[in-house]
Amino acid sequence: MSAGPMTTRDIVLKAENITKQVTSPEGPLTIVRDVSLEIVAGESVAIVGPSGAGKSTLLALLAGLDAPTSGRVWLAGQDLTALDEDGRARLRAERVGFVFQAFHLVPALTALENVSLPLELAGRADARRLALATLDRVGLSARTGHYPRQLSGGEQQRVALARAFVTRPAVLFADEPTGNLDTANGTRVCDLLFELNRDLHTTVVLVSHDQTLAARCTRALHMDDGKLA
Amino acid sequence: MRAAILAVRTLAREWRSGELGVLLLALTIAVAALSAVGFVVSRVGAAVELQASEVLAADLRLVSANPLPETYLDEARRRGLATAGSVGVLSIVFHGDASQLSSLRAVSPGYPLRGTVVVAAETFGAPENAAGGVPPRGEVWPESRLLAAIGAEVGDEVSIGAANFRVGRALVTRPDQGSSFAELAPSLLLNAEDLPATQLLQPGSRARFALLFAGDRDEVEAFKAWIGERKQAGERVLDITESSPQVRDATDRAGRFLSLASLVAVLLCSIAVAMAARRYVQRHLDSVALMKTLGATRAFTLTVSLVQLGLLALIAASVGAAAGFVAQAWLVRALRGLLAVATLPPPSLMPIVMAIVTAFAVLAGFALPPLLQLSRVPAIRVLRRDVGPPPLVIWLAFWPAVIAIVGLIYWVVRDVPLLLGFTAGLAAFVAVLALCGALLVRLTGSLRSRVGVAWRYGIANLARRRAESVVQVVAFGLGIMVLLLLALVRRDLLEDWRASLPADVPNFFFINIPSAERGDFLSFIDDAGAATSRALPMIRGRLTAINDRPIEGLSFDDEGLATREQNLTWTSELGDDNQIVEGGWWRPQDTGQPLVSIATEFRDSVGVKLGDRLTFDIAGETYVVTVASIRQVKWDSFQPNFFLVFPPGLLDATAGTWMTSAYFAPGKPRPIAQLVRRFPSVSVFDMDSILGQVRGVIDKAAVAVQSVFFFTLLAGLTVLLAAVQASRDERRFESAILRTLGASRRTVRAGVLAEFITLGLLAGLLAALGASIGGYLIAKYVLEVKYTFDVWVWVWGLGAGAVLVAGGGWLATRSVVGQSPILTLRGG
Repeated sequence: MSAGPMTTRDIVLKAENITKQVTSPEGPLTIVRDVSLEIVAGESVAIVGPSGAGKSTLLALLAGLDAPTSGRVWLAGQDLTALDEDGRARLRAERVGFVFQAFHLVPALTALENVSLPLELAGRADARRLALATLDRVGLSARTGHYPRQLSGGEQQRVALARAFVTRPAVLFADEPTGNLDTANGTRVCDLLFELNRDLHTTVVLVSHDQTLAARCTRALHMDDGKLA
Repeated sequence: MRAAILAVRTLAREWRSGELGVLLLALTIAVAALSAVGFVVSRVGAAVELQASEVLAADLRLVSANPLPETYLDEARRRGLATAGSVGVLSIVFHGDASQLSSLRAVSPGYPLRGTVVVAAETFGAPENAAGGVPPRGEVWPESRLLAAIGAEVGDEVSIGAANFRVGRALVTRPDQGSSFAELAPSLLLNAEDLPATQLLQPGSRARFALLFAGDRDEVEAFKAWIGERKQAGERVLDITESSPQVRDATDRAGRFLSLASLVAVLLCSIAVAMAARRYVQRHLDSVALMKTLGATRAFTLTVSLVQLGLLALIAASVGAAAGFVAQAWLVRALRGLLAVATLPPPSLMPIVMAIVTAFAVLAGFALPPLLQLSRVPAIRVLRRDVGPPPLVIWLAFWPAVIAIVGLIYWVVRDVPLLLGFTAGLAAFVAVLALCGALLVRLTGSLRSRVGVAWRYGIANLARRRAESVVQVVAFGLGIMVLLLLALVRRDLLEDWRASLPADVPNFFFINIPSAERGDFLSFIDDAGAATSRALPMIRGRLTAINDRPIEGLSFDDEGLATREQNLTWTSELGDDNQIVEGGWWRPQDTGQPLVSIATEFRDSVGVKLGDRLTFDIAGETYVVTVASIRQVKWDSFQPNFFLVFPPGLLDATAGTWMTSAYFAPGKPRPIAQLVRRFPSVSVFDMDSILGQVRGVIDKAAVAVQSVFFFTLLAGLTVLLAAVQASRDERRFESAILRTLGASRRTVRAGVLAEFITLGLLAGLLAALGASIGGYLIAKYVLEVKYTFDVWVWVWGLGAGAVLVAGGGWLATRSVVGQSPILTLRGG
């Protein structure tokens, strides 16, 4: 499959001196401290580190789910820090996919509807066809009409993967994607993730405690006490 | 559009997955209760109005001292209204040598348009409804006392003017005989077509002409306006709002109270919806955060929620209104035996409109703010569950609810002072309740170390969910307070009515008692075993000038009251049923002074005030008197009462007669016939029929109040369940954690009970306080009755609070405790 107009040297995600401070009962607390990084298209990057190191917060800042206290983030050429909440949402709809530890499927929607949702949010007319194709890709074509509660954990995460990749995002963010799965299911989800990463030339940024998963990434960023080591 | 499609699709899914059941149920029950109340109120209200119409024998009555033109009748018929006519004239009725002055009423076919004529087959015989209201030609229906006075029986022949008639029946009551004493003579009904034969109507003869109209309410209103523009001087329009003061008093109070009761249902509905909306928001925080993560804008997520709630409102309004209709049909069937009318008028469509408008207004006021808040939940929540939406902006949290509620209150009561009083009271109550709630919740925290583990868990729950606890205490407190207040007001209202109409309320009025015969007359009544009320002198007089300006040059709201010949009295006693609202009652030094005390009705109709000088022509003499006091008269006391009362010593020398009223116990023989023969100049009024009419109105109102109260109770219980439901998920999770940590099912149950009992006691405490204060205010300012402190309010408040909240909470959380902890933890 072609990589499209983007070359491997295209920087798809860039952070410049980002810091995140929150107020806690004990006073201001710095969770992410002056982090700068660059990630090029097609790369797979693992953010690793001990609990409380600020991995998930960094992921949220890079994905535009949260705004940094200071510093700037560019995603697919757009300055996230210059966009308001709705602007960031529109950018996510077009360029970003997500996979979460707790799957986060909409319980009221079927597997097919969950996968169609981001396409529909982006106003795509062929949502159903693409969603069916992607569910087939993750091996769930027989489960399209099932609700999340009728699916196993592994199946739910595969639906989540299908939902993340169905929009052909420039960047896929994954927060402990195998954290809630047993080894067999975890491996299967991992395989799928990297397969899609390779085939669709999607950049993957993931947070994980899973050393094997981190080892399969092209690069690992070590985080401790809010800083990149 | 995409948002709407997604909203519809997820609504169907969420309904199937049971997510929205509680919200829809709360809204539906709320609307059902509201519309059932609305339907019943509309039907009973219409029945009460119909009853009031019966007093006029029509919906609208046009009266004049001159013959009324046919054009009115033509126009009324063109508008599809039913019509009838009546002519009242005074004449002597002869039977052999005996004669008696009588008030003749010649009525045309169709009479009465409202109500029924009651007759008896023999003098003072058993009453029965006449088949038609009009005697056949050649026949008259005189009152029994008239027959007694002339010694005639049913079947005898009597002569009136130039014609002879057969006495067909004895008249007991006709609907429009009224309660004023303009007609002193006993009445007689005859066919209008027989009137010319009597030759009583000559140019210049004193007759009273009336046209009667009835029909569809809107048509009647339009026709009334049409007449208003065309009526000539001397023509007066009477409708049910201007019918006799007793009935007006009763219906006014009934209407006001029913409005208040249905308003309470509206308020309780709002609370239920607010709680359900909160739950909706809680359950949708994750979905909305996820949608935002997937690229949905704030407007998009808000639209999805709005469309969903809008659809729910429509469904709830339809299902609720239908359920309300079924409920009212059932209720009305159950009530039918108690109502005097055989069938209630059909309900108006207004309650359906009201159900829909209310569903949306309440949703907009109480569900919109949390929904706006829901749309502000940040996307980061997908990674950090502890992140919620930013707190509500204060104005957004309160104003929509306040606007919705005030709007609804106004829509229901249509009375600005009542609206202001009620709203201010409510706002103050909620504020005080919130303050007290917060204080009590804080205080209970300090009790934690002194109680066992279950109570500690329960109280800890109250203290930890402080804001939620306060909201629940306010909601429960308000619900219970409203129920208590309703019980209080209902008791006061009914007791006031009952008290104002005791079993021995006078049932006979005697007018025209000559001063010389007063002593004999009163001892006759006394000997007959009847109790007389006060006896007052009575004299006729005419108002000729106000502040030296002749009344011919003045205009009045009620021309009749200002210009007609007045009944006047003088007395030194004020009487329990009279209350001075301005000025002061006679002091000893006022005896013989040129002063007058007027009733509020006279003040309002004639437009005079304290200190004005009124000139009266009384028996050919001119009196200039100053208004010294204004009295509020309870006309439904059935005691002799007058618009105009002079101090003793001023008119004593004028030749007047006396009036009194008396109570003759039922079952005993009433010596009325002997009385009429012995005191031929005394006019006798049998009040039993008028009393029966007033009692009918009051009974209907009481039944209506009880039915409204029943539905308000249901609405209150709905609020309770909605409130408990709102915290159900949290409780399920907590109970699972407690059980995982080794707490027994019993301990968890005891903890839940402890929490709800505490909550109920706090709410009950505040409710009793609020109800006592509210009851006092409503009794004093709205219903104008005396308030008596009631310790039972506190007993019931605390008891009902604990039992209702604990019971309801227990039922709603039962499944929480029963569930296996692992299922909950895995799912949550």
